[in-house]
Amino acid sequence: MSQEEQSLKNEWPLWEVFVRSKNGLEHRHFGSLHAVDAEMALQHARDVYTRRMEGVSIWVVESKQITASDPAQQTAYFEPAQDKIYRHPTFYELPEGVKNM
Amino acid sequence: MSEQEQMRERSLEEEFTKRIAQDEKIEPKDWMPQRYRQMNIRQISQHAHSEIVGMLPEGNWITRAPSLLRKVTLLAKVQDEAGHGLYLYSAAETLGISRDEMYEQMLCGKAKYSSIFNYPTLTWADIGAIGWLVDGAAIVNQVSLTHTSYGPYARAMVRICKEESFHQRQGYQIMYKMANGTPEQKAMAQDALNRWWWPSLMMFGPRDAESTHTDQSMAWKIKIKSNDTLRQMFVDQAVPQADILGLRIPDPHLRYNPETAHYEFGAIDWEEFWQVVKGHGICNKQRLADKNKAWKEGEWVRKAAVAYAEKQAKKRVRKAG
Repeated sequence: MSQEEQSLKNEWPLWEVFVRSKNGLEHRHFGSLHAVDAEMALQHARDVYTRRMEGVSIWVVESKQITASDPAQQTAYFEPAQDKIYRHPTFYELPEGVKNM
Repeated sequence: MSEQEQMRERSLEEEFTKRIAQDEKIEPKDWMPQRYRQMNIRQISQHAHSEIVGMLPEGNWITRAPSLLRKVTLLAKVQDEAGHGLYLYSAAETLGISRDEMYEQMLCGKAKYSSIFNYPTLTWADIGAIGWLVDGAAIVNQVSLTHTSYGPYARAMVRICKEESFHQRQGYQIMYKMANGTPEQKAMAQDALNRWWWPSLMMFGPRDAESTHTDQSMAWKIKIKSNDTLRQMFVDQAVPQADILGLRIPDPHLRYNPETAHYEFGAIDWEEFWQVVKGHGICNKQRLADKNKAWKEGEWVRKAAVAYAEKQAKKRVRKAG
């Protein structure tokens, strides 16, 4: 028995739940839950996260499948965007009287 | 720890304290002091256990609810409590403790849950009193916790608060109906209020002066308001609600102070509180025995679910092959 199978005996794997509140909106992260497989994760997600019509569609993804950026590297990772204010429209001053821009 | 490591630890902690002071939220993979992690695990898991054990006193009345509407309402409420427990366990798991470890701590009696659930539900009016007072007290606490510094805990609190207000209203409605019913029904409602009032005040925990974790917990914004502050908020809300019911709060010292604009109330029986916390309440043993029984008797279900999932996975492999 592999290590992964052994741990499955003790605790069901963790899944992340994403719910679309209504058509036209994106799926948003709602929380997580334990389930033996994807099918059970979907059923549990419905019972745990959509008891009051909070959604019309659910995605589940096993938590270990998610690769996340490292918060310790946050500055190095995101700072390069900070000094590029010319990417925002407010950087450009318009002459008096210009409309529809 | 080497001197260099200690210096690094100190600078990380300074950075952390600064972030808390600026009301920044802490997220699971961020650096945090070990004690911050432990205090959050302790508080969130206790909170989760309270939701789970809290299903028992109410579950007691599902089969005996006086009408179909009351029955489906109570079922929905108890299902919500299960959901709230699950949100909170998930939040605690992001701090690195496993679900099984937390659950085991609850089952063996090592972890605490709210002392209120160690009181019995003797009549239908108790279901009303629990919704009105116990959920009411929980809401006061939880609304303040939506501002807690640990992100996953704060998000769970927002979700829970949204759902909890139905719990309080349905309880208050039960009380209102009974308080305006036959003299016997009104007496039942009064009796339930008499028994649940003081334990509800105890839900906020020891007085500030005796609360061991409060200082650090508030400095790190794990707790936002102190036990005594929250207790006072609850009393100020509940007294006018009792007046509308036409019921009397069982406290001869209760009086409104127009200068402070607060209700002053009598002394809480802290001896009773500590007895219940230490496991000597009316229902402590029964609650833990019931949870252990459910866990043990559910073992074959958990095993069967894993066996079924493995079988399905093998089938998929065969098909693909």
